[in-house]
Amino acid sequence: MTQSAQQTARDGKDGNVLSRFLKATEIDTRLLGMVGALLLIWIGFHFYGMMKFGTGAFLTPRNLWNLSVQTASIGIMACGMVLVIVTRHIDLSVGSVLGFTAMIMGMVQVRWLPEVFGLGHPMIVVLTILVGLVLGAMVGALHGWLIAYRGIPAFIVTLGGLLVWRGMAFLVARGETISPVDSTFALLGGGPYGSVGALGSWIVGAICCAGVVFLIVNGRSQRRKFDFPLRPVWAEYFLAALGCGLIVGTVLLFNNYPWPIGIVRQYAAANDITLPEGGLFISHGFAIPVLILIAVGISMTILMTRTRFGRYVFAIGGNPDAALLAGIDVKWVTVKIFALMGFLTALAAIVASARLNSATNALGTLDELYVIAAAVIGGTSLAGGVGTIYGAILGALVMQSLKTGMVLIGFDAAIQNIVVGAVLVLAVYVDILYRKRSK
Amino acid sequence: MPANTGTPLVELRDISIAFGGIKAVDRVTVDLYPGEVVGLLGHNGAGKSTLIKCLSGAYRADAGEVFINGEKVEITNPRDARAHNIETIYQTLALADNLDAASNLFLGRELVTAAGFVDDARMEAETRKIMARLNPNFAKFNVPVSALSGGQRQSVAIARAVYFNARILIMDEPTAALGPHETQMVADLIQELKKQGIGIFLIEHDIHAVMDLCDRASVMKNGQLVGTVNVADVTDEDILGMIILGKKPGQAA
Repeated sequence: MTQSAQQTARDGKDGNVLSRFLKATEIDTRLLGMVGALLLIWIGFHFYGMMKFGTGAFLTPRNLWNLSVQTASIGIMACGMVLVIVTRHIDLSVGSVLGFTAMIMGMVQVRWLPEVFGLGHPMIVVLTILVGLVLGAMVGALHGWLIAYRGIPAFIVTLGGLLVWRGMAFLVARGETISPVDSTFALLGGGPYGSVGALGSWIVGAICCAGVVFLIVNGRSQRRKFDFPLRPVWAEYFLAALGCGLIVGTVLLFNNYPWPIGIVRQYAAANDITLPEGGLFISHGFAIPVLILIAVGISMTILMTRTRFGRYVFAIGGNPDAALLAGIDVKWVTVKIFALMGFLTALAAIVASARLNSATNALGTLDELYVIAAAVIGGTSLAGGVGTIYGAILGALVMQSLKTGMVLIGFDAAIQNIVVGAVLVLAVYVDILYRKRSK
Repeated sequence: MPANTGTPLVELRDISIAFGGIKAVDRVTVDLYPGEVVGLLGHNGAGKSTLIKCLSGAYRADAGEVFINGEKVEITNPRDARAHNIETIYQTLALADNLDAASNLFLGRELVTAAGFVDDARMEAETRKIMARLNPNFAKFNVPVSALSGGQRQSVAIARAVYFNARILIMDEPTAALGPHETQMVADLIQELKKQGIGIFLIEHDIHAVMDLCDRASVMKNGQLVGTVNVADVTDEDILGMIILGKKPGQAA
């Protein structure tokens, strides 16, 4: 007790209200900074649009819903890239592997399987996804094996992979575009039909809120069991309210984006519904790719923070020699990390090709740079040992917000590239300054 | 001083290992009895650390045999060594700087819950318990070990070796980075572990520490064993002579 009192006294010497608040709630200041930067970008684009065109288009349910869907593919891959970068490796091949797996999945579902099962058979989607994910994991495992067991630097292996898999993507169908994809498969890319609607979104929201409350209650009881210092009760309530508030707000936002009138007419005609006078308000709710991203984010966070595998990933990043001496099979863990990266890349390929409703050999070009940038902006240190999944997803959201925002206010592609590149360098510089200060 | 009769706890017999044609360790035989501290001495590059890494599983010997309690064993990686209750405190401490004390202490041997997830709360509680015994002033449980002082890091490394009920302890210059107070702490700990019947290999440069702590001393030079002496029977001058000249006491210089 005296010890914690001393600690409070020590921390209190530079403690204004804000820092005491952060101390009590244990909110990561890095996270706060990223959320602040994100809000700044959003509000900036919105008001710039307002001044230029009279109406701001950024902070609308429609744009934010689109933003969430566009973030999904990069966000899913960024989760895997965190593990790669934390262990002091890099993966430059994700964009090409995405293109390659998307092409194979395109061929499987459009050319090969329909001949076996007949067009539109439900097994087509299942087998396509299975083939894609296994293929992605195998490509990743091959990279990992070359890196870990053959000692070739990850930079070189995946630089080679960038060329090889892009070439393979072309060869799969001699450069043809495979379109349209299976109609059930296409739902995984979002769109009005590929969203879960108002009720579905509320159910997702309720489950997430229950999860937040459970984490807080469980964390508190764990700390009490072992006599660790507890957060003040008001801080626990505040965190629970904040978490649930954000979730409910997101649900309300996405439920507030209705289907376009054309789709509603089509839907009404197909289901024999007479359209009322003012039209029908059918909510999009969460898009399926966004739910996939959320599921990936939660699973990967559990993997990184709650399993031995995650602990070993961090240990290898912090000190590879120590990890080896502690009896960790560093090579095997490396193979698993790259296999996981390949698996998530294939998952992103499903989302990306489903969203386009087609597979092209150019799909995912330059994605590796956005994925790496998302992870790095999200606080993953290239020196290894440090990184979070939520940071990488936020980083992906920042990158996508910049891209979307600049399209909305009419910047051309050249300026977009300049801005994205500059932001990446700036973000890493800010991160370095932050780390220096916190030392 | 224990009577060194019966079966040794560890016997390293005719160990050889070469790196790129250079014989780092050349047919060296040393042994260790329960409750005994054997000092390993020699110049930098004499092969002490390399020899001991063959026991801790970091290296694989090219030739030679390892006996534990008289039984021949194969140690091919650090996991094998740990399975034989051999724990090592490395000169470089071998800590993952970005992890906290508990994660380092249990690295590779995490406590898990029934569901198979790492049990951070229980590991931290266990860490607090052992640290209360080893270094009562230690309070930084929730920060990465990079934020700790040399002595605090050392106590994490020692706690890791002690926690898992080592029977054979290898200490590679455990006091190299420590102040006088912490050095005394390590010396006290070695005495306590001896009483529990643990055998300790101690790699040490400080000749006074060797005279104080060790029962026997094995001296190496250029990868070969110069000889093993009972510390009580020789003077520090004798041991220095062995290290510098490579001659056993009694031999003509």
